[in-house]
Amino acid sequence: MSPSVPLQEMIRAIRSARTQCEERGVIQRECAAIRAQFRNTDNEGRSHNLAKLLYVHMLGYPAHFGQMECVRMIASPRYSDKRVGYLGAMMLLDEKQDASLLITNSIKNDLSHSNQYVQSLALCTLACMGSAEMCRDLAPEIDRLLRSSNSYIKKKAALCAVHIVRKVRELGELFVPSARSLLSEKNHGVLHGAVVLITQLCEQSPETLERFRKTVPDLVQIMKGLVISGYSPDHDVAGVSDPFLQVRILRLLRILGRHNEAASDAMNDLLAQVATNTDSTKTVGNAVLYETVLTVLDIKSESGLRVLAVNILGRFLLNNDRNIRYIAMTSLQKIVVTDHIAVQRHRGTIVDCLKDQDASVKRRALELSLALVSASNIRSTMKELLIFLSSCPPELRAHAASGIFNAAERYAPSQRWHIDTILHVLTTAGADVRDETVPNLIQLITNTSELHCYTVHKLYRALLTDISQQPLVQVACWCIGEYGDLLLKGECQETEAVQVTEDDVLDALEIVLQSHMSTPTTRGFALTATMKLSTRIIDNVDRIRSVVSIYGSCIDVELQQRAVEYNALFKKYDHMRAAVLERMPVIQKNSVGQTNGEVGEETVKESQAAKVAQKEMALPPQPAGQVCDLLDLLGGSQEPLQPSSSLGGAASTQPTTAGGDLLDLLGGLEPTPPTPAPAVTVYEKNGVTLTISCEQQSDSGLTVTLTASNSSDSDISGFTLQAAVPKSVQLQMRAPSRDSLPANGAAKLTQLVILNNPNKVNLKMRIRVSYTSQGSAVQDMVQVDSFPGIGAAGL
Amino acid sequence: MMRFMLLFSRQGRLRLQKWFTAISEREKKKIIREMTTMVLARPPRTCNFLRWKDLKIVYKRYASLYFCLGVEDEENELLALEIIHRYVELLDKYFGNVCELDIIFNFEKAYFILDEFLMGGEIQETSKQIVNRAIESSDMLQEDDHSEWYDVELFG
Repeated sequence: MSPSVPLQEMIRAIRSARTQCEERGVIQRECAAIRAQFRNTDNEGRSHNLAKLLYVHMLGYPAHFGQMECVRMIASPRYSDKRVGYLGAMMLLDEKQDASLLITNSIKNDLSHSNQYVQSLALCTLACMGSAEMCRDLAPEIDRLLRSSNSYIKKKAALCAVHIVRKVRELGELFVPSARSLLSEKNHGVLHGAVVLITQLCEQSPETLERFRKTVPDLVQIMKGLVISGYSPDHDVAGVSDPFLQVRILRLLRILGRHNEAASDAMNDLLAQVATNTDSTKTVGNAVLYETVLTVLDIKSESGLRVLAVNILGRFLLNNDRNIRYIAMTSLQKIVVTDHIAVQRHRGTIVDCLKDQDASVKRRALELSLALVSASNIRSTMKELLIFLSSCPPELRAHAASGIFNAAERYAPSQRWHIDTILHVLTTAGADVRDETVPNLIQLITNTSELHCYTVHKLYRALLTDISQQPLVQVACWCIGEYGDLLLKGECQETEAVQVTEDDVLDALEIVLQSHMSTPTTRGFALTATMKLSTRIIDNVDRIRSVVSIYGSCIDVELQQRAVEYNALFKKYDHMRAAVLERMPVIQKNSVGQTNGEVGEETVKESQAAKVAQKEMALPPQPAGQVCDLLDLLGGSQEPLQPSSSLGGAASTQPTTAGGDLLDLLGGLEPTPPTPAPAVTVYEKNGVTLTISCEQQSDSGLTVTLTASNSSDSDISGFTLQAAVPKSVQLQMRAPSRDSLPANGAAKLTQLVILNNPNKVNLKMRIRVSYTSQGSAVQDMVQVDSFPGIGAAGL
Repeated sequence: MMRFMLLFSRQGRLRLQKWFTAISEREKKKIIREMTTMVLARPPRTCNFLRWKDLKIVYKRYASLYFCLGVEDEENELLALEIIHRYVELLDKYFGNVCELDIIFNFEKAYFILDEFLMGGEIQETSKQIVNRAIESSDMLQEDDHSEWYDVELFG
């Protein structure tokens, strides 16, 4: 091992340069010397020069003038020249360079060289940078080498074949016979190469995969040998025999066992054996266990084995090693939908991982916790999630907040809990919540009429503490505007009441109006709230009048417009003020996914009432419905704003364009609800009704919604649904919204089933319904042969 | 398969780069820059896995050197850590208590060892002894360059 002195001297010289500039100088000099030497055809020291150039290249300096030298060196008969020449080829030449073609011939010659180390250089270089043409050219040669008796060459040829197959798919056929025969080798290196080659061939072509399925028993045999065999000094790593080979075989088994019952059965015992026998105290053992778990979860394994796999993941979660916790959670994330119940068992550990120091672990824990939220664990999980939110890294805040909102919406045990949760999120992470949180929360508050007093008190207190979180401030202003009278009454059942005067409340709103921290939207809210209070307070109406008139000359156009219109409301339309500023009615809840966004622009502008009502909602431009109502209003009828209820209704319906529909809606304001997917009742017994409705998602994908309700007088508990579909259809059941059905239809249960029918077979579904009614357990089965909403032509 | 392996120091100086797919020089430089920034920015007690674009990045620090492997999605991350460890062991056996300077001054040897252990983005040989013996034989072959070398056939 004689080091190259000239090379080392140069390295030393470069390293002793103190500045970037000095280094560049040294390198320029050296490169000039190297170039001169390249032109000189002197044999001695040629390899040293090229090595120097490669070092310079690694530092990031251009070295393309060395390409031809590489070609020359490779063609040299000396081994030291070839070694550096091939290294240079791998570093400087890639398939895009023209010079790479020039070495094809050298490689061809070296592949049949009498010395195996020369052959090895050629094989290595071909596998590293061989272009498609080179691969086509040399493939037969590689196949020949696969059959050689030298295992050193065979293993390299196998990996070279892998590269060839990746570059030129059609050549895969050429290597299939040799790959098959290589499986009977004893040499681990060759075996490993063979497994990699077979894996590549199977991944590329389904027909080849079918043919290689026959090798499953052989692979199982080899694995057994590795697992059971005693200590083998050559391949042992911390007590595991050749973990690299084990992992590769497990991966190949995974590919072969996927979607195939017979193959999966054949490997069942082996997988159980590996899972139980592998020592999990070191990373190496865990690497093998991890691969085993991935394989078990991907093939058609029996349920006992699946449970074993999930338990291994559960054990990983408790491991001290952070890496292992991370991969456990990544794997659990993939199966949380399909093996929901098994993963639920480890919920406690997962939620604990929210407190881990590592950001990646935290992110995984958050996603998993959100996926595992259900009706039964909502309270405890939410507690943990809220604690997490207050200390979580900023990049996760938005995701955490929206996840919490979704979970709260689906599983809230009570309205008050729901509102409290949302308020908590707004106070901790208000800046990161999505825009629609504000209207959603307002809608929720309006709908919970019994909690208006409680809500406004809480929000008022929050407003006094902190006005920097815009969503919170907006909601607070809105509430104070709406329910200010409750605030001023000074009494509240649910929480400690505040004793405030009207001035205090108006002060609070004015602070928001004038603060630098308030965005224009927030100030709009505050102004409107101040205006609304004019009908809810007694003494300070003049103060409000003056505030409103001041903003009539505000620079912000939106505020100015509002102020001007409110002024007009005070002056010319004072008789309407009470009616216009009346309490908002209950808003119809939007179904998920609907927006009002497509509505055409507001065409009629004058009516203040329209504007006022519009701003209360803070929703995108109103459908034309309101415009018509106001035309009615202005027509002279002095009734209180009756249309407000249909305003509310209209706001949540399908958007309509202004213009044409204006005329239609003048007739009668029927809010047009969206046409729901037709629901068909499939089961009706003991007062329990089960309906299904479907929605086609894609060419072969279908979402089926099962809805259950209970019209009897007694509660139903332990309600579960199980579904089965024909063989080629894939089924995924989401977690149900609840597990009990209260009496008299007080609440419905929904469960989503995602189906994928790639072969377009005739779709049928068997549903088993189990529940406990009046102390006795009931189990029934129904078969659904036709799905509503699907065309007669089938999926 | 593995896409690349990079070795760099705590100051971000590259000590070894091995690419297993064909990509342009510009792209390589970009990846090197991003990897060094990402890995060096990691706080001390975090896990050794990262996600970057569609790859998994597995890195481990040995003394003053960071070993960084970019692998594809199906690869086993724990095994990737073992691969890095195996390479360090091979270097250690060859240089005897390897340190960063050894790799700097004998970078071509580090490449030769890597080329006996990995090939085409996959593991080539799972036995330490066989890799060591192959390197020794190749070195002796190089020494014997000045004399006759056609018949030097050491270990199979």
